[in-house]
Amino acid sequence: MKIFRFRGGIHPEGNKDPTACHPIARLPLPKRLYIPLQQHIGEPAAPEVRVGQHVLKGQRLARHQGSVSAPVHAPTSGTVVAIGDHMAPHPSGLPVQTITLESDGEERWVDTEPAVDPFSLSRAEVSARVRDAGIVGLGGAAFPAAVKLDAGNRHPIETLIINGGECEPYLTCDDRLMREGAGYVVEGVRLIASGLGARRTVIAIEDNKPEALEAMRAAAAAHPGITVLRVPSRYPMGSEKQLVSTVTGLEIPAGKLSAEIGVSVHNVGTALAVCRAVRFAKPLVSRVVTMGGGAIRSPRNVVVPIGTPVADLVEFCGGFTVTPSRVLMGGPMMGQVLPGLEAPVVKGTSGIIALTAAEVHAASQRACLHCGRCVDVCPVGLVPLDLAARVRAGRIDDAAELGMGDCLSCGCCAYVCPAHLPLAHLFNYAKGEIAARREAQRKAEDTRKLAEARRLRLAAEIAAKAARRSARSSDSTEIGS
Amino acid sequence: MTSWTPNRSPVAAPHVHGRTAIPQVMRTVLLALLPATATGVWLFGWPALNMIVLSIAGCVAAEAAALAIGRRALAHTLADGSAVVTGLILALCLPPWAPWWLPLLGGAFAIVVGKQVFGGLGQNVLNPAMLARVALLVSFPLEMTAWVAPQPLFSAAAPGFLEGLAITFGTVAAPDAVSAATALAPLKTGGEFASGAALIALGLGTVPGSLGETSALALLAGGALLIARRIVPWQIPVALLGTLALLAAIFNQIDPAHYAPPLLHVLGGSALMCAFFIATDPVGAPVTPSGRLIFGAGIGALIYAIRTWGGYPEGVAFAVLLLNAATPLIDHLVRPRRYGRLRSGAPLPVIPKEDGR
Repeated sequence: MKIFRFRGGIHPEGNKDPTACHPIARLPLPKRLYIPLQQHIGEPAAPEVRVGQHVLKGQRLARHQGSVSAPVHAPTSGTVVAIGDHMAPHPSGLPVQTITLESDGEERWVDTEPAVDPFSLSRAEVSARVRDAGIVGLGGAAFPAAVKLDAGNRHPIETLIINGGECEPYLTCDDRLMREGAGYVVEGVRLIASGLGARRTVIAIEDNKPEALEAMRAAAAAHPGITVLRVPSRYPMGSEKQLVSTVTGLEIPAGKLSAEIGVSVHNVGTALAVCRAVRFAKPLVSRVVTMGGGAIRSPRNVVVPIGTPVADLVEFCGGFTVTPSRVLMGGPMMGQVLPGLEAPVVKGTSGIIALTAAEVHAASQRACLHCGRCVDVCPVGLVPLDLAARVRAGRIDDAAELGMGDCLSCGCCAYVCPAHLPLAHLFNYAKGEIAARREAQRKAEDTRKLAEARRLRLAAEIAAKAARRSARSSDSTEIGS
Repeated sequence: MTSWTPNRSPVAAPHVHGRTAIPQVMRTVLLALLPATATGVWLFGWPALNMIVLSIAGCVAAEAAALAIGRRALAHTLADGSAVVTGLILALCLPPWAPWWLPLLGGAFAIVVGKQVFGGLGQNVLNPAMLARVALLVSFPLEMTAWVAPQPLFSAAAPGFLEGLAITFGTVAAPDAVSAATALAPLKTGGEFASGAALIALGLGTVPGSLGETSALALLAGGALLIARRIVPWQIPVALLGTLALLAAIFNQIDPAHYAPPLLHVLGGSALMCAFFIATDPVGAPVTPSGRLIFGAGIGALIYAIRTWGGYPEGVAFAVLLLNAATPLIDHLVRPRRYGRLRSGAPLPVIPKEDGR
């Protein structure tokens, strides 16, 4: 199969070996779990348990609300001890609505629907099971998976791409998952394909994961509709737009969904979760997390109940060998710094990476040399140095004009910048600012429309009143005449 | 140990960084200039070394003074090494036996007028070393064209260390006997163009000329290092030398007696120095591959035009400055196409089915 090359990209040091060589370990059940109600893109889930209530493993704790949302389930059996604020796994450290569950240590499952032959289910039933299991994209974006499946009803899907790229340095959770659970992953892939009605399926795996490639090829050998494709290791291969281009040679038009060009992309972890949900009716209550970085004593992949405090995980991995310079949730290219170790693991947590100062390789900023390395590596084709100059000068609108909104925040520009300019940092700020301005503009527009509607309504009422009065007076004239 | 105090002013990703940093870039440029510098010092003796020291000293002192006046971080900025690079490049462009005040004045002019008044490194529009070279050429035409024939270090005719100091600091006049014409001189004054053995001399550098610009081999070695290490993009040198050679070849075909052959244009004068070390200064060069091709080709064409029809035998400095000034325009006009968009910036049309390319 032909592979297409996407623009730009970088080859950061992989640092995957320390974790890729160990089998996935299982974390002993933590005493307390902190389950945020918003672990996905979209509306937060609405709690439907009360404090003091005993819940079983897999029982729904909060239901989805709105069209883009996902429910959350109890990762173990135990008692709800609090529903309230807890530190979010976000750099701000701001509290979010969280259900605190004290485990009873019994791991008793709720009665789930009986296992079925998943391929006897209709497309709508597959999608409903995926939605009810609370499955979101496990590659990190955490977009509700059922919403993506339903998009297949509106747009015919030619190609399903399964993202086994895992281009972020340090992360190996998908690698290990493919090596150890290839059969389940492939079944999940087939379920997604049938849920979407996809004509062909491509499982794309970077060539730095030969064992995973081998395992997936063996598992998919019996299914002629599935191609396991070896793609070059180049960051950001795992980004949806770049992966679609690599596999199909097509670009997703700006502002459109991949479904609109007949392509749907799902992560391998998501595929495994879909298999569990559809075949065994088990909701998403745990995930594989890579515990990596030079500061972790025993780096490895761990299966973790959702809601486990990061501190428990760090302790399980032997603690820190040195005080880490930064502790991240997600990979080092796009992950976020943790506000504290009490923050919980959520559905989108692919890894906890504790970096030493040497790994961060921080240096003080210098002046932009105009060298253009950022332009060379930008996978979007932006001119990051121009954008940065405008953002720094507060000229956000000019930056928007130059394509700020197209930025993926992949961080390639900042990675190569010899002046160590925090380019991605500036761009995240600018994109937030642009979104805030658009929102303010939308509100002003709504207000203007409402005021206009009110003015028209009042004018209409006055006109109607006048018409009635004149009608009455003409009536009375008639009567009087 | 599980203790860790989170950073209260967190930064956004990426949290790892490539190994390229400005001071390291500058060190590599200095390393790449080493062959040309060593050849220059060997060919032109102690006065040449004095020139290099004085030019770098002028640049660094001016940079330090400007930073101090502007109350900016002195040690941090000086450590980027850019003033040293400017000083060395300027010295390599000057006549090797020039008087002491020429490199000192040129260095200070390059840094203050060429760079710091614009706001320092990265902010200047024009190449500081070339600006100083032009300023000196216009102001001191005599000193700037006093070429000497090479007198290799420790050879019989070469000046000793003290004699070198005397030449540089003007206590003795440079002996008239050693003054000579450069390989490009016939372009303006007429006469035989170099060929055969004379071209080999251009390759080795054993000809009169600027301090570090005579040896084509030394410059090529440095240029190859810069391109191999990806410090400079290949587009600029290739487009520059290609255009220069192409124009020279065309006119040389038309009238070989009047127009110099392409090899003379490429090997003689400052073309190689310019192609690898001056035009590639990123500050004044475009940031896209196609922009760099236009930039390089523009410089090559202007060098040929100025050498052939202009008033000066060497047009490198003028060509670079003119294209430096055109860089913002080139960067404005030549932009990469954005993902998912047409060149115009409008979104790509939606083609729902794969076209099976």
